[in-house]
Amino acid sequence: MKTYLRPALVLFVLLTLITGVAYPLLITGIGQGLFPSQANGSVIERDGKPVGSVLVGQAFSEPKYFWSRPSATSPMPNNGNSSSGSNLGPTNPALIDAVQGRIEALRKADPANKQPIPVDLVTASASGLDPHISVAAARYQAGRVAGSRNIPVERVNVLIEQTQETAAFRFMGEPRVNVLALNLALDAIKS
Amino acid sequence: MTHGSWTLLVVYMALLLALAYPLGRLIARVADAKELPLASVVEKPLYRLAGVKPEEGMSWSSYAIAVLVFNLIGAVFVYGIQRLQNVLPLNPQNMAAVSADSAFNTAVSFVTNTNWQGYGGESTMSYLTQMLALAVQNYFSAATGIAVAFVLIRAFVARSAKTLGNFWVDLTRTTLYVLLPMSVVFAVFLVSQGVVQNFSAYKEIATIEKVVYQQPKNGADGQPMKDAKGEPVMEDVTAATQILPMGPAASQIAIKQLGTNGGGFFNANSAHPYENPTPLSNFLQLLAILLIPAALCFTFGDMVRDRRQGLALLAAMTAIFVAGALATMHFEQQGNPRIAALGVDQTTSAIQSGGNMEGKEVRFGVDTSALWAVATTAASNGSVNAMHDSFTPLGGAIPMLMIQLGEVVFGGVGSGLYGMLIFALMTVFIAGLMIGRTPEYLGKKIESFEIKMISIAILVTPLLVLVGTAIALMTEAGRAGISNPGSHGFSQVLYALSSASNNNGSAFAGLSANTSFYNTLLAIVMWFGRFAIIIPVLAIAGSLGAKKRLEVTVGTMPTHGLLFVVLLIGTVLIVGALTYVPALALGPIVEHLQLLVTTVTAAKAGQ
Repeated sequence: MKTYLRPALVLFVLLTLITGVAYPLLITGIGQGLFPSQANGSVIERDGKPVGSVLVGQAFSEPKYFWSRPSATSPMPNNGNSSSGSNLGPTNPALIDAVQGRIEALRKADPANKQPIPVDLVTASASGLDPHISVAAARYQAGRVAGSRNIPVERVNVLIEQTQETAAFRFMGEPRVNVLALNLALDAIKS
Repeated sequence: MTHGSWTLLVVYMALLLALAYPLGRLIARVADAKELPLASVVEKPLYRLAGVKPEEGMSWSSYAIAVLVFNLIGAVFVYGIQRLQNVLPLNPQNMAAVSADSAFNTAVSFVTNTNWQGYGGESTMSYLTQMLALAVQNYFSAATGIAVAFVLIRAFVARSAKTLGNFWVDLTRTTLYVLLPMSVVFAVFLVSQGVVQNFSAYKEIATIEKVVYQQPKNGADGQPMKDAKGEPVMEDVTAATQILPMGPAASQIAIKQLGTNGGGFFNANSAHPYENPTPLSNFLQLLAILLIPAALCFTFGDMVRDRRQGLALLAAMTAIFVAGALATMHFEQQGNPRIAALGVDQTTSAIQSGGNMEGKEVRFGVDTSALWAVATTAASNGSVNAMHDSFTPLGGAIPMLMIQLGEVVFGGVGSGLYGMLIFALMTVFIAGLMIGRTPEYLGKKIESFEIKMISIAILVTPLLVLVGTAIALMTEAGRAGISNPGSHGFSQVLYALSSASNNNGSAFAGLSANTSFYNTLLAIVMWFGRFAIIIPVLAIAGSLGAKKRLEVTVGTMPTHGLLFVVLLIGTVLIVGALTYVPALALGPIVEHLQLLVTTVTAAKAGQ
């Protein structure tokens, strides 16, 4: 047995030091040196104060803001300390009830809007922290946001257009808008 | 299928194969070369300290003992670090020690390359546990798989050989010459995309809008209060801040994908924006999942000096994979008819991904989520960028079937190749029976001993999956974990046992599996699903390596042409189908029919 134990133990220790200590430290060194903002969470600031991460979605419920996708994290939505999807199956009545509830909330906040609601606005994201909504979901909300801010809807649509991202090389990624970036841009409008 | 989804699939497969070819040849060199560049700096000092004589070969049984001893040490270490993390350094969030059953499950899970996770990373594990215990096993379990594949390949080349290589050398070289350099490059790329890499405490940031939510109200005794009906009393709570989790994530995620491990740094795995922030990081992680398993087919061809043999295996894997990917993309694009019935817009257009978006991220949409689901289950990776539990019934059935085929469609690093080679041996055996000849593969006769070992290797996982599922469903503790009603609840349990036994690690994650029942049951099936295959595979290698290599004659059945590829696909599918179709019929197939009923009813109501 000793013929096995010595190489096993020694190699375990040495390779652990290489892959478990030297390697993460090296990546931290390079990452902090070359990409400090990304390595530390892509935090964005407003007036010198951090207001969130451009990568992590926040919950919005006031009519004057674009709403993020529903989040199934607990106890509160968009809980960064406990990422999670709903894990509701496609035939689970709880899923259909939840979607129904979200449709009602959206309709109530904007009774005049009769367009069909884009699916991503009424379904929970995989992480519970999705920073994006689809371009369709942003356009759907434009009227409500413009109305509650007393600005022309065209102005809001221009902001959506300026914020939106599309598929790279026509297959990588989907048409989307970063909700936090869009809402910050809205707040920056001088009225 | 949309234009974009075809482009995605074609570009993905083309890049995958183009990258796999040079990598596969490089790995063959690592496996075969007497001396590698920089050996005196990289390898030899380690061998000297460890008392390893690199030129000394091992018999199959010595090799198996070395594998087991090394992996047992790993399991004990991972268990110990988790249990002691509260007193160890690099724990800025003051995570408590992990419970005994969860730590045991996680230790086995990471050592067996499964990376099933009963815990949520950001709320359970200290940075030290993540980097020193979990990420290290991502390397070691991957290297173990590749080493075992090397042994089986060498057995085909060897002529009357007693030894088939040295585990310590294979382990060290695979780690330092293949996995580490690739991970360094990939990890730096991931940081550039926004994957966090630091040792800071979590950030707490004041959000733009406050969030009001409800939580159970606690009474003066600290227990949740109940109203007259026995329902918990809820109170409104306002959160003005959001926690942003931090940690050395990028370094771990690089090897998690390259080593077909799949264990997430955060609970939401590769759906988490800090683990997979952009469509580009997503696409390259998707490539990383299948890269080494595909490359090993070229390695195999190189090492046996007949590239066509490797291409035949690769062709069989690719055919099954592409069919699965197309089907899953199709089903997810269809969306959920019950949600459509509410008037929600699920159509795919230039301004939205559409389809079944429950449990998916907008930046990935349905196409890459579906492609990822099939890649991560075809390979025994198990990382997810969308929640499989919320897939459409058939969209979720295909990933489950990919796992159940035994993780041989690309499969785990090393384990996919040796698994597929076992099926290739099975195929020549069946073909041999049909034409009445002694079966042989690459000049090695397949005889009674090999067939016995092949049978064990093929039958052990179905046994674990089906018996395990039966146990879980017959016990109170097993049924307690189910979170979705009806046939979907059954699918959750079947998926968990399939995933653990085949060392995949993905889940229908609604299942509450962090209980002593599931932690124990799944740990047991993970361990046997790994080593009850590795040992017969090494035994086959020992037996084949000791045999003479026969010359190719007119009577030899070619094992590289289209005919063989079709036979091989047939064998894999028939074994998988015969074993699992009855179980799948009770789960996803019933659920699909239930959804169809919705559609019909809705159509009638609309008339």
